[in-house]
Amino acid sequence: MKKTFKLIDLDCANCAAKMEDAIRRIDGVTAVTVSFMTQKLTLEAEDSRFDAILKEAVRVCKKIEPDCQIVLK
Amino acid sequence: MTKRQKKTLARILGSGALLLALQLGGAAAIPLPRWLLYLVPYLLIGWDILYKAVRNILGGQVFDENFLMALATVGAFLTGEYPEGVAVMLFYQVGELFQSYAVGRSRRSIAALMDIRPDYANLERDGDLCQVDPEEVAVGDTIVIKAGERVPLDGIVLEGTSSLDTAALTGESLPRSVGPGGEVISGCINQSGLLRVRVQKPYGESTVARILDLVENSSTKKARVENFITRFARWYTPAVVAAAVLVALVTPLLAPVGWQESIHRALIFLVISCPCALVISVPLSFFGGIGGASKAGILVKGSNYLEALSNTEVVVFDKTGTLTKGVFEVAAIHPREGMDEAELLELAALAESWSEHPISLSLRRAWGKEADRTRVPEAQELSGRGVRAEVDGQVVLAGNHKLMEENGVTCEDCEKVGTIVHLAVDGGYAGHIVIADQPKEDAKEAIAALKAMGIRKTVMLTGDAREVGEAVARELGLDEVHAQLLPGDKVARVEQLLAGTSPKGKLAFVGDGINDAPVLSRADVGIAMGGLGSDAAIEAADIVLMDDAPSKLPVAIAIAKRTLSIARQNIIFALGVKVAVLVLGALGAANMWEAVFADVGVSVIAILNATRALQVKEK
Repeated sequence: MKKTFKLIDLDCANCAAKMEDAIRRIDGVTAVTVSFMTQKLTLEAEDSRFDAILKEAVRVCKKIEPDCQIVLK
Repeated sequence: MTKRQKKTLARILGSGALLLALQLGGAAAIPLPRWLLYLVPYLLIGWDILYKAVRNILGGQVFDENFLMALATVGAFLTGEYPEGVAVMLFYQVGELFQSYAVGRSRRSIAALMDIRPDYANLERDGDLCQVDPEEVAVGDTIVIKAGERVPLDGIVLEGTSSLDTAALTGESLPRSVGPGGEVISGCINQSGLLRVRVQKPYGESTVARILDLVENSSTKKARVENFITRFARWYTPAVVAAAVLVALVTPLLAPVGWQESIHRALIFLVISCPCALVISVPLSFFGGIGGASKAGILVKGSNYLEALSNTEVVVFDKTGTLTKGVFEVAAIHPREGMDEAELLELAALAESWSEHPISLSLRRAWGKEADRTRVPEAQELSGRGVRAEVDGQVVLAGNHKLMEENGVTCEDCEKVGTIVHLAVDGGYAGHIVIADQPKEDAKEAIAALKAMGIRKTVMLTGDAREVGEAVARELGLDEVHAQLLPGDKVARVEQLLAGTSPKGKLAFVGDGINDAPVLSRADVGIAMGGLGSDAAIEAADIVLMDDAPSKLPVAIAIAKRTLSIARQNIIFALGVKVAVLVLGALGAANMWEAVFADVGVSVIAILNATRALQVKEK
């Protein structure tokens, strides 16, 4: 499953790169991009565990850049 | 500016004023320790950085830029360089502010280019009109598009005529006219009349949604340069920090330098340790290039394709529909002596006026008048040969070589390539008309432009007859032509050509997206033409030229080359300045001011350079 989320207050490009790197390491993630330019997170992961993986992604992002919020719809 | 940026600006001004006041004698006048006085502007400008530094280090983020900045400035305070500590923090914030402003601006200008999303649709429901979200409209519904509104969904015109502005999609400024039965494509703007349209596709499958989706996802496919920067950034910071520690510990042992000085030099390293300039400006260059290209009606599905396009060595074209118009037109009229061209064309059009054969249609189209069929009381189609008709009381034969021979008419050969219609009146030869698929007006110019920009080889593949293919290739100035190919042969030819390219050189295939999906995907860069309204083309290709002008190809390659060179300039510039300041810093020849410039100043310059990629020169 592939989903795109909006990011609010992502203001450093290096953090975006670090977030992308950290999310990629989460088990079950097939592909991920954190685009500083479009302020979007595109996450592709296993269908069955998607919600859990997303939750973990939000957690690691919070750790790297506490100011940045992922908008979960 | 956003609220946050305004707040930062106020802090910068306040802190800057305080620092200036202290420097101009304030520090000497007030009977308090100097460090305490300088701490006021420092905390005003830097409290958030300090806060984030502490918070992030607790969260396990070691090489965080806030932390490094805090460490460098606090270090400056501890070594007694109070004004410098404040100034470095101040300039860092100025740079960050400028950076976020510049990035925000270019992001907005790219978003403006992409502003083709329709906000609403006027849905006809029980005779009333109501404004709804385009996503709520179902296939088969009827919508009304008023003058000045954006077409929200793809559909067929039921009623009304108008002209559509397709500039946002194709970059083409000439409006397209539509009438009942015509197709309208979402994203265009209705310029004049009122249109009633029957919806043919749900919003999610409409042209506009597909295009937006494609462009927004383009940043997920990264160019090699971008991946290089990401990898580089990962070890850059730790490496610089390690070097800083080394400088602090080793310099006093090697040179007559005190501990305080060596620590100061190490702090300079920390200031430069963020790879921000590279991490922002390189993707921004590509983003700008893709944005600028879409403004010109060229959709690029990812930075990697832009990169490949810039290294194009061989361009392979499909013929029909790509270099030629794909419709048959009168190419030449050769009447016998004593007859003029218009006369011969009229004769041919009248003789063929009862026929629906494509050749008859193109003759009548070239003539451009409505045939008065009372002048042609009788006509007979002779399959595989042509027609025999009575025109103004004369017997006219119009058809191929065989027809003439069978009727004992000697006919001339023609030097032109194409389908030849010979004409005879009452048994006497009247001349012939050549009908051929015409090259597009800008095809020759496009090939010449490709040559001029250093494309090594241009090749044409066609399923058409050898003479026809060779004639077109000669006319347009192509280097190589392979004719009489079946669709499967095209893949094999492309593979042969691929084997002949140099290791870095890429092969681009340009087709119209019909029947050539396998070739499009086999080539290094598959380019489809005439993407407007053709789902197959948008799906199969890496790059889509929204209108069907071959001259967009050199434009696309030029954009790609420019984008790549801007990205390279940024890498070389940013790395060059950083390395220079690092070396000077280690030798004690650079101060923290220069280090701040090497960090944020370089970022800002690189960002400004990257925004150049957005601008596309009009052809």
